[in-house]
Amino acid sequence: MDESAAERRRRRFLNVALTTHEGRTVRFYDDLIKDKTVLLNFFYTNCVNEAICPLTTANLVRVQKLLASRIGRDIFMYSITLDPDHDTPKVLAKYARAFGVKPGWLFLTGSAPDIEALRRSLGYASPDPVEDKDRSQHIGTVRLGIEPLERWAACASLARPEWIVQSLTRLEPKAAAQQDRHGGKSRL
Amino acid sequence: MSIQILKSDRRRQEKLVARYMQEIRDIAKGGFSRRELLKMGLVMGGAGLIEMAGMRGFKPYWAHADNAIPFISPPNTPFVDPLPIPPTMTPVKLFPAPTRQRNPNPAAGPGPVAGVVDVRGFTEARVEPHQRWREFGGVSDTDPGFNGTMLESIEQAVLFDFYPTRDGVPPSTIWTFVERSTGKVGPLRIKAQYGQPIVHRIHNALPDDNGGFGRNQTTTHLHNGHDASESDGGPLRGYDKNHFYDYHYPNVRAGFSSTHHTTTLNGRTVPGDVRETMSFLWYHDHEVDFTAQNTYKMLASFYTLFSNDILLDTDDETTGLRLPSGEFDIPMLFMDKVFDPVTGQLFFDLFNLDGILGDKMTVNGKIQPFLEVQRRKYRFRFLVGGPSRFLELSLSNGQPFFRLTSDGNLLPRTLIENSIRIAVAERVDVIVDFSGAKAGDRIYLQNRLEQTNGRGPTGKLIAPDNVVEFRVVGGPVNDPSQVPATLLALPDTNVRIAQRRDWSFDRKGGAWAVNGKFFDRTISAFPKQNTAEMWRFKSGKGWAHPVHPHLEEHQILSRDNQPPPDFEVARKDMAVIGENVIGTRGTGEIQIFMQFRDWLGDYPMHCHNTVHEDHAMMILFQIVP
Repeated sequence: MDESAAERRRRRFLNVALTTHEGRTVRFYDDLIKDKTVLLNFFYTNCVNEAICPLTTANLVRVQKLLASRIGRDIFMYSITLDPDHDTPKVLAKYARAFGVKPGWLFLTGSAPDIEALRRSLGYASPDPVEDKDRSQHIGTVRLGIEPLERWAACASLARPEWIVQSLTRLEPKAAAQQDRHGGKSRL
Repeated sequence: MSIQILKSDRRRQEKLVARYMQEIRDIAKGGFSRRELLKMGLVMGGAGLIEMAGMRGFKPYWAHADNAIPFISPPNTPFVDPLPIPPTMTPVKLFPAPTRQRNPNPAAGPGPVAGVVDVRGFTEARVEPHQRWREFGGVSDTDPGFNGTMLESIEQAVLFDFYPTRDGVPPSTIWTFVERSTGKVGPLRIKAQYGQPIVHRIHNALPDDNGGFGRNQTTTHLHNGHDASESDGGPLRGYDKNHFYDYHYPNVRAGFSSTHHTTTLNGRTVPGDVRETMSFLWYHDHEVDFTAQNTYKMLASFYTLFSNDILLDTDDETTGLRLPSGEFDIPMLFMDKVFDPVTGQLFFDLFNLDGILGDKMTVNGKIQPFLEVQRRKYRFRFLVGGPSRFLELSLSNGQPFFRLTSDGNLLPRTLIENSIRIAVAERVDVIVDFSGAKAGDRIYLQNRLEQTNGRGPTGKLIAPDNVVEFRVVGGPVNDPSQVPATLLALPDTNVRIAQRRDWSFDRKGGAWAVNGKFFDRTISAFPKQNTAEMWRFKSGKGWAHPVHPHLEEHQILSRDNQPPPDFEVARKDMAVIGENVIGTRGTGEIQIFMQFRDWLGDYPMHCHNTVHEDHAMMILFQIVP
């Protein structure tokens, strides 16, 4: 890969240190994003406002089931807390257990300034300062991406789980044979 | 000039980029931090350290990452390169000949001309048969053959200089339409005539390597085309590389099989309603989730539709409306862009869901080009290509525009306007008369509209930025063209309304919703074929949304229960709602009159701030018998 592509990829993401619900310390870009296909969102365990976070997590559990064998192997899921003061690794672990989350999906916390920077750099923000302060405004979307191919999209976190899966798999290059079958299929 | 990117080209480009990066690093070593230098607008150009010149009003909108290096494009020397004149496509014979059903044979024909990808062996991706195929040029329902105009393009990667060579910024890799037979590079121009159907075969030869953004699955939408759903280029009809798709454009006026089997103008009787005659359309990629990225990457071109059949907009300045024609009819695609200050490459902010703004305004792909003009009238066709910036154009000498169209559709009468606001995807045709200028005069096309983020314009007019320099040359010339006072009457809206529907366009949970829902493949409305409906658009505070329903143009009946401004008493395919959309006023509610004539199938309606569109501000409606 040429130098400019490597630099471009690296510069697109912050490389802040985060802690997983299993208590491991990881670097956001180096350990979680680089060379991986990922599905990531922001949430917080105390989110009771219209129950969007628990509904989202439940929805993503269905996504994890649909992608079963691929999660943790070639697709990785990350949920990053917007409330790092409350959401310690222990709290996150309990939350993940309560939802029946399987391996390959990490719940992440970190220092408040790092989480804030990460949230903004991934576009979970609003130019309206009042709206920006409201955590519940940043939980509505899931980012989907294949980092090495620099293909990124986003999807509503409460979309049908099948649609979330399609939005992700649509990003993947198709094998020649598969292309012939699906090349022209109107996906309607 | 087309350049297929060969291995040697890529190596050369990598070297150029590496050298550029080294220069930037050397500057950074010189005591200032890179961040400080960029803040000062100082970077290395071809002539050494130079100051950013020119476009003060355009600033990039760099998501929300206040911890990142601010992205300020490398400086450009203004008015060095001429405005690229979009080449008109040449009709060809297609091999294999087009078919109503999916073509059973792979692409054949002659080998590639220099710079063009070899597409022989590509197979057709289309699965739906063409509607009304034999009515519009198809030879038979079963046998191949087409009696109309055939055009052929290839979507491929091309090395492209947005900057003048002397600025030392390496070329960027773009994705664009390239004409297969000639190797001419987009933005291209199709010149179509009513009554002459077209098949446009578009091959997808885009690479998996996207150079940072974009998706090599594509679907080409002809914006404002009154076309069958399978040729509409909707968001879910994308096809992969090594395939082609035959788009069938009948070039027939709305109403031809329903409300107006024939109508007459200037003694000529033609199918459809003559008052639905269009002039200026465009086509661009519409792939779900990737419209903004792929269109920004330059998958956009012009489609100008002439009406010689009714002696109206004829493409000949001695007949019909006698509008400036030929070399004096020039389309301009305005797209603002950001270039990575470290690599000089075209850059797209993938995690900005509000709307993308660039600090360099390109016109037909060049930053601040010039155009030599004779002392006579010109027809300019303005198209704002997004992703998110609105413009308000005026001329530096205070001269007015003679405005012919809104959304590329002839107005009832010519309007004289000093300043024209254009939202993303809107088109405006104007006549500019340079006959009063002297040789040597420099007149600038300027933007004065302030827009600082993805929300839409502030509505305020600020100090102008020059985007095109007109250089007046030569002595007085004979000019047979004219500025007509009256153009084309509007179609009736006094039609029975079969259904009313409300659509609200709002931000929700950090993304973009229509009626509280995010786009997926479900169908939100089933209008009955050949009926009229009243649609009401609503939007809350804070954002502007240029809304675009496909299939038929509409008329705006009211803005917040008031009549729309005179330039919107027109046939429109855009309805701009939200903050600061008319002057500094916002609109909370628009009512439009829509018809769903002649065709069947599914079509989208979406926000044409393409970043909003890609983040789910889109619905599908399906026309049912």
